Amino acid sequence: MSELPDQGHFALFALPVRFRLDEAALGAAWRALQAQFHPDRAAHLSAVEQRRALQWATRINEAYNVLREPLARAAHLLELNGAPVDLERNVGADAEFLAQQMQWREALEDARSDANALAALAREIEDAAREQQDALARACDDQQDYAAAAQWLRRLHFTERIRAEIARFSSHRMTNGTAANC
Amino acid sequence: MTYSEKVLDHYENPRNVGSFDKSDENVGTGMVGAPACGDVMKLQIKVNEQGVIEDACFKTYGCGSAIASSSLVTEWVKGKSIEDALKIKNSQIAEELALPPVKIHCSVLAEDAIRAAVDDYRKKQSGSGEAQ
Repeated sequence: MSELPDQGHFALFALPVRFRLDEAALGAAWRALQAQFHPDRAAHLSAVEQRRALQWATRINEAYNVLREPLARAAHLLELNGAPVDLERNVGADAEFLAQQMQWREALEDARSDANALAALAREIEDAAREQQDALARACDDQQDYAAAAQWLRRLHFTERIRAEIARFSSHRMTNGTAANC
Repeated sequence: MTYSEKVLDHYENPRNVGSFDKSDENVGTGMVGAPACGDVMKLQIKVNEQGVIEDACFKTYGCGSAIASSSLVTEWVKGKSIEDALKIKNSQIAEELALPPVKIHCSVLAEDAIRAAVDDYRKKQSGSGEAQ
């Protein structure tokens, strides 16, 4: 077996380095690599080679999990292009977007006892998430504007968060919505 | 995650939750957010003619540490000049609330919120200087 490659995850699966993903191709490439490097298949080999097979299997799964998850994939793509998104950096400059976030959070609070309002808010946020993801794809793949892509990715993180909160609320109908384990 | 007693105190009894009129000339509004966890924080200050923050309020959607950080900051900035308010450092907030390393970004968020609120206030004042 060869050494672990230190190139991007896309190369591991022989996929083009881009945001828009052929999910079927990723799945097929992942299964093929899994079969090739599964630790069970190394059972008859030396301890060193068994360990290496395990490293490969781990590396393959890590890469797969990054690529199939859109936000993680975008972050990886930005890093490969030398424009890493700094999610720890606070956003204050994106005032209009933050005002929108506030408004959604308030709407979610108000919608707690109103199933129709909650469904309408969920739809609005789903639409926004789709638009943001489309814009992210355009910035990455069509315009190669990675600064803009980073901005969309930061926004998507907020939108994902409120989506998760709505999902949690819809399933648990819990009360204190400001409490969340971030 | 276990919260410190001070975080729990602010979380269970948040100080100064609310909103001021955003269009009021003497009000500065700071809005910040942390993409890593999706928290959003709004801090507002009301400044008098002497440049002293006479009132402050906040609204935060986020974890207990983010709520506690902003709640604490509203208490700390009240009675301070805007210059002194800007001297509040996230390390002081983190220390007061005994935040663990993974929650330091919540205190950074609160510090950034003060700066954003002061910036907004100053922008309003310079835009209408003769109003004083």
